[in-house]
Amino acid sequence: MPEPTQYSKDYLRHRLLATDKGSSLWTDGWGRLKNNTLAIVSLGILCCFCFVALFTPIIAPYGYEEQNLILGAVPPSLDHWLGTDIFGRDMLTRIMYGSRISLAVGFLASAVAVFIGVLWGSIAGYFGGRTDIFMMRLVDILYALPFMIFIVLLMVVFGRSMLLLFLAIGAVEWLTMARIVRGQVLDLKQQEFIEAAISLGLSHWIVIYRHLIPNILTPVIIYTTLTIPSVMLLEAFLSFLGLGIQPPESSWGLLISYGVETMEEYPWLIFFPGLFLSITLFALNFLGDGLRDALDPRASKD
Amino acid sequence: MFHFISSRFFQSIPVLLIVITATFFLVRAAPGGPFSAEKSVPPEVVKALEAQYRLDQSIWQQYTSYLVDLSRGELGPSFRYPGRTVNELIAAGLPVTAELAFYALLVAVFFGVSAGVYAGLKPNTIHDYLPMSVAMIGICMPSFLIGPLLVLLFGIELEWLPVSGWGSTPGDKILPTLTLGLGYAAFIARLSRGGIIEVMTQDYIRTAKAKGLPSRVIVLKHALRGGLIPVVAFLGPAFAGLLSGSFVVETIFQIPGLGRFYVQAAFNRDYTMILGTTVFFSALIVLFNLLSDIIAVWLNPKLRQQYRSNK
Amino acid sequence: MCDQKKFKITTINIFLLLIMLGSSSGCSRGESNVTTGNRNGILHFGNGTDPQELDPHIVTGIPEHHILTALLEGLVAKDPKTLEPIPGVAKEWRISKDKKIYTFTIRDDALWSNGDPLTAHDFVWSWWRALQPKLGNQYAYMLFPIRNSEAYTKGKIIDFSQVGVKALDDLTLVVTLENPTPYFLQLLDHYSMFPLHRATIEKFGKAHERGTLWTRPGNYVGNGPFTLKEWHLFKSIDVVKNPYYWDAKNVSLNGIKFHPIENVTTEERMFRLGQLHKTASIPIDKVQVYKTNKPHLLHTYPYLGNYFYRFNTKLPHLSDKRVRRALAMSIDRKQLTTSVTKGGETPAYTFTPPNTLGYNAKDGFSFDPAKARALMSEAGYPKGEGFPVTQLLYNTSEGHRKIAVAIQQMWKMHLGVDIVLSNQDWKVYLDSVNNGNYAIARAGWIGDYVDPNTFLDMWISKGGNNRTGWSDSRYDDLISKQAPVALDKVERYSIMADAEAILLEDMPVLPIYIYNSKSLVHPSLKGLQPNILDYVLYKNLTLDPALSKEKVN
Repeated sequence: MPEPTQYSKDYLRHRLLATDKGSSLWTDGWGRLKNNTLAIVSLGILCCFCFVALFTPIIAPYGYEEQNLILGAVPPSLDHWLGTDIFGRDMLTRIMYGSRISLAVGFLASAVAVFIGVLWGSIAGYFGGRTDIFMMRLVDILYALPFMIFIVLLMVVFGRSMLLLFLAIGAVEWLTMARIVRGQVLDLKQQEFIEAAISLGLSHWIVIYRHLIPNILTPVIIYTTLTIPSVMLLEAFLSFLGLGIQPPESSWGLLISYGVETMEEYPWLIFFPGLFLSITLFALNFLGDGLRDALDPRASKD
Repeated sequence: MFHFISSRFFQSIPVLLIVITATFFLVRAAPGGPFSAEKSVPPEVVKALEAQYRLDQSIWQQYTSYLVDLSRGELGPSFRYPGRTVNELIAAGLPVTAELAFYALLVAVFFGVSAGVYAGLKPNTIHDYLPMSVAMIGICMPSFLIGPLLVLLFGIELEWLPVSGWGSTPGDKILPTLTLGLGYAAFIARLSRGGIIEVMTQDYIRTAKAKGLPSRVIVLKHALRGGLIPVVAFLGPAFAGLLSGSFVVETIFQIPGLGRFYVQAAFNRDYTMILGTTVFFSALIVLFNLLSDIIAVWLNPKLRQQYRSNK
Repeated sequence: MCDQKKFKITTINIFLLLIMLGSSSGCSRGESNVTTGNRNGILHFGNGTDPQELDPHIVTGIPEHHILTALLEGLVAKDPKTLEPIPGVAKEWRISKDKKIYTFTIRDDALWSNGDPLTAHDFVWSWWRALQPKLGNQYAYMLFPIRNSEAYTKGKIIDFSQVGVKALDDLTLVVTLENPTPYFLQLLDHYSMFPLHRATIEKFGKAHERGTLWTRPGNYVGNGPFTLKEWHLFKSIDVVKNPYYWDAKNVSLNGIKFHPIENVTTEERMFRLGQLHKTASIPIDKVQVYKTNKPHLLHTYPYLGNYFYRFNTKLPHLSDKRVRRALAMSIDRKQLTTSVTKGGETPAYTFTPPNTLGYNAKDGFSFDPAKARALMSEAGYPKGEGFPVTQLLYNTSEGHRKIAVAIQQMWKMHLGVDIVLSNQDWKVYLDSVNNGNYAIARAGWIGDYVDPNTFLDMWISKGGNNRTGWSDSRYDDLISKQAPVALDKVERYSIMADAEAILLEDMPVLPIYIYNSKSLVHPSLKGLQPNILDYVLYKNLTLDPALSKEKVN
């Protein structure tokens, strides 16, 4: 591959994408990302939140269930930086523990979505023909269904276990991923190295696993970063309706739903969880956008 | 065109059937029945109630009876409102939800498209960054955050607008519509911005500019059409999203709409109501998707071409 | 360059917004419901959940009760202050010496809302209908004191003429009871005993058909102070003054609009905006606010109900009554009602609320952590060691959770026992309790009528509402055999007090507090008399337009 020295930026990007060599794509992508201040700041914030979430049991100022019934709900003060709720529980602690659940659901449910989506899309795109048509028709149909209704039903029927929550949310979000992956695979299929691998006699599954999937990592990563906020929103939505996380655990969505009830008297109960949720969603979206600009600028914005 | 419509229509029927069956059995599997009561009920009374709702039949008999009724358009008696059929309840709640969704869609489309086109016409300038950042806020703040905040500000602090009900006090439709619509406005803004940018780089736009057409004409006649296509394609999922968004908005603003009843019915194990609403919503969404697909094909000559050649 | 286009789009947006605003009927804030209501004599009544139906033989809820007492009237009504029976449709009655035969004389000016005269035959037919098993009337048991009624409903007797209710003539109704039932007159004011218009019901279907069209506005025929004008599903139910009501001249309201508002926070906001004269309830966190700033708007009064926990006495570690008593004695109810529930409820040391029409049981225990600890040690769990982790079940609600969490902490603190909380949806929770799938479960019981029997007959061995697995033959004997035949109130109350003492000694249930009714009332609404049943006699209510502008915000 010729050394890209004097070509225009657009051409460079185009050429980069045409290669299969992940390394130069990565380093160049990272370089580009570094220029995007917003994305870097977002990354920083997210790392911060994840760190706090991981170490919450150690660094939280109060116990999770530590109540102070006499105190009741008080606005932010020196003792309680973000105030307390109606049981007298410290909000900072509650938000920190809530972040564990919200982020965990976000990452894990997205992982489920990515797993199913990648598998589905690769198989559809790779085998093509009738398989492709059938699988993608299914995706189209499922895309149109009122999933919310099913999730509500599932949650009500099977009780609210966290595991079920992951599965249910993941089951909704895999569709977009499948579509994107299929598109990518269709593109890649035209590449020579795939034909070469097949003519060498490698089984389909090895081709998919060893050659296809590593090369679609880029869009997968981008869209995973964009799936996580969708998932977190969905979880918050369900918790708000009373169908998601149940006490004693709490997620940001649940904290917000408590805050809504008393938002006149104790506005900090909705303000702070809402703030943290929004910041996380912002950060994830900016990071996703930034990654997309850096790694796959050819893709349309939506 | 007709072939397209009819083939899509027939494809939807098995989908609906799957939805109905899945919901039917899911609902029956839920713990807690509709007649669980706090005061103990004499067994004779329970038997009478179950007989009336066919709960004493085998589940397959119930299923087939339900399908038969469904084919006649009857969604069954409600468990919670003994004197009403599900049809009646849906008819009572639907106009409210439909109005809410319609206004929200209007808000979303008009604010979204105007913001998106405005931003897309001058990409990577302040005219682009500002609206798009605001749009980002709309996407990242869920409706159940925007709603209460709007309520806090406009309803309680400033006391400009009522905070509950729909159609009972003047102005009480504004906050719920904004809450539901703004999130979608943001998303549509991004979509149309992308669409406009892509279209503006097309050759035929450059030709029109070279021909000396005023920009207003260019945008309105040519670019807008192309820029609207991604928006139209999104209308189907948007509608589904608006329906589910209505669950939350109707809960926050105590609006007597179908979304809120669905959630309540689920909690109350009102089997027929759950089934009926699910079937109804699914049918609506399938219909709406069909419509949006048709409009997309009609709007986009390329797709039309593609379809014809695929036939 | 694109300004003109932007302008066009902006104008379209503004135009649409105006359409929206306009379609919400008018741009001004408009008059509040209270103002227009006071002027027109319409009461705006916050009514909690949307009523399921308006057929008194099908429904079971309190929101329905408020509407049914406007549309219908029973033989006997209640004085709102003393809750003693006063004449309703029956202008007088005689009770036989053995207290088993009641003879009612019905007013000769009692009419249905379509002008038909109301006769004793209407009562006979209505009670026949109430007992039809096909109807699924969950309150059929209210009629069971009548001789052979229970047997009839259960199918043991087929001939209704054997049931103890007869119309001697158009205006005389004779009721024969199984046992002297001192609270029988109380029962007559429950909606399951109200008369129904036979011709109307039979016009729209068979008598035992549930949910026919007879309850719709325009079809509904009742004998109460109001008639049904409009029924907007999920929005409101409107009733207007019934000119055929025998006491119409004493009814000063022209109509009532019942607003079904489930969310208490929303209801309170509506009250502050002047949209309601009276709310059904009040958010817990607002009680203190009103007590301090606007006490004249807050109406609280003890309510005939008990908030308690059930014990599953079949579980080995809960089968020992010392354990149960210890758990009961280590709850600081005073702190609970002051800091947690904050509604001014009364701590409960008995199961029947104090002063239930003169009945006062002796406190069965007190808050005594030291004694509780001693009892636990005696039972084999010193300092809580060895006591298995026990589940406390409640139906999903922040209020119940608050209380459960507080009690969980108290038990840990005083006894060293570990409790795990579990919450389930209402229907699931009901199933769990009914099937015995619980260890300790939260419960509440509202009295159906003002008499200790409604609280005590739950716990007999065969009682469908028992669900604890506890039974005591002495208790059964006192409640089922001795109390019903006692002829004298003092004797009867003393028998019941003895029974309650047994209940409180064994403690299969853990009383926590006595309910409180709380509501916000606009100053322009006069005539509300607080009582232990939260019973409202609409005849006594008046609206004062001069007070429309009173500040409630």
